[in-house]
Amino acid sequence: MLAPGRAKPKPTPETKHFWDGCKQGKLLLQRCGDTGKAYFPPRPFSPYTGTRNVSVFEASGRATLHSYVIHHRPVPGFTPPYAIAVVELEEGPRLMTNIVDCEQTPEALQLDMKLEVAFTPMDEEISLPLFRPAKESR
Amino acid sequence: MIGRGEIAVVGAAESTQIGVVPGMSQIMLHADAALNAMAETGLKPADIDGVACVGPMMPQQIAHYLGITPKWVDGTGVGGCSFMLHLRHAAAAIHAGYCKTVLITHGESGKSRINATPRPPEPESLNGQFEMPYGPFGPPTLFPIPVLRYMKERGVTHEDLATVAVVQREWAGKNPRAMFREPITVEDVLNSRMIAYPFRILQCCLVTDGGGALILTSADRAKDFPTKPVYVLGTGESVETNMVSQMKDFTSSSAFRVAGPTAIEAAGIDRKDVDHMMIYDAFAHLPLYGLEDLGFCKPGEAAGFIREGNTRPGGKLPLNTNGGGLSYTHTGMYGMFALQESVRQMRGTAPAQVPGAKVSVCHGVGGMFSASGTVVFSNQRP
Repeated sequence: MLAPGRAKPKPTPETKHFWDGCKQGKLLLQRCGDTGKAYFPPRPFSPYTGTRNVSVFEASGRATLHSYVIHHRPVPGFTPPYAIAVVELEEGPRLMTNIVDCEQTPEALQLDMKLEVAFTPMDEEISLPLFRPAKESR
Repeated sequence: MIGRGEIAVVGAAESTQIGVVPGMSQIMLHADAALNAMAETGLKPADIDGVACVGPMMPQQIAHYLGITPKWVDGTGVGGCSFMLHLRHAAAAIHAGYCKTVLITHGESGKSRINATPRPPEPESLNGQFEMPYGPFGPPTLFPIPVLRYMKERGVTHEDLATVAVVQREWAGKNPRAMFREPITVEDVLNSRMIAYPFRILQCCLVTDGGGALILTSADRAKDFPTKPVYVLGTGESVETNMVSQMKDFTSSSAFRVAGPTAIEAAGIDRKDVDHMMIYDAFAHLPLYGLEDLGFCKPGEAAGFIREGNTRPGGKLPLNTNGGGLSYTHTGMYGMFALQESVRQMRGTAPAQVPGAKVSVCHGVGGMFSASGTVVFSNQRP
């Protein structure tokens, strides 16, 4: 369970499936019916072509570290220094997250390192898709 | 299509004081700058028929406060470059005949927070759902998110990013109104307090109070004003995403790549004709992105271009000559101050005047790479 104080996401009709998936330990992305390309954040149409012909699928949970900052000032729910990261999912889309089970230092946080999703509950309603170093690289 | 130099800036002024101004609320900072701009043109509020400003201030608040009954308003709000977009839209409105004399204002009590209105993302917004839970806390934690990727792809070093701040401080040293004027070294920057790695405090913009205002009219009318007209040669605008995590390419801004070249092409100039440049520097990486995305440097060459002294006093492309957001002032939406400096350079009245400058490019960014607006100015009518 995460420390209290973080900003808590409030799902909308268009994003509810994503947050329901996180609660069940599944990282759900959507795919454009025209191009077959995955996209994020969730919406019921394709940002590539505008088609409403889209499908939800479960992503592998594998990702690489694309970029980050290490914040050194206090924020409710966080103990500085902590990294705010953007990861690139194996399926293509990127998302903001935190990296857990890892020192929050430039030496430990190497760009392009392999990561895997680590769902972490905030409370009974919301679990966040955080990421940790992939088993093979730990 | 609007003609090159068809519209001119005839009034341009900042609030009487900038920096720490505890004696003025946010709306008065708008008004103070507006009154200063009207005073230098000899215009009264009744002579203004167009008003533009950016939220949280709405055009109706400014119009009513100043006693203006506009025929045209613009409240475009895309962050700190909104003023570049206002200027572009105002030029089009004057060209279309919707109005004749437009006032664009900015005022922000960023430091003293008098009548300032923070608006954290709502928890059901996309930012609220997909960025805020991971601990960002304002622009210092979000704007630099792409920097490490840029450094890796482009071979840029921490020293390179420190050099941006050092060069701008050199310009600020020539400007009595700049908040920070003491020279600094690369070592000073790299030893300053860490804010959000890789950026330290000297690579982050100031937080100040201040205002600015611009008055535009047709170039044909401009000759009737006591001020030296500054002609608008070309403009551009674009937006990408207000989620920095969703920027398509962390090494380049799509909004920059649209707005900048659109303005330069409309102006009908060559990049080598540019005598002076402003690139909105909320953080030290922005001049690098701007130089590359606007085509003044090839990808990967901007850091070297700055390191070699090209943007310094005496260099071939003087950049951010007021000291920039890093050293001059940064109220929160700095774009107005970049425009003011371009106008001063074209009028020949800047504290660090570039001798003989005829063409100035002013490039703005808004909301963590959300948006961009570019204006090409000249003191010569084509």
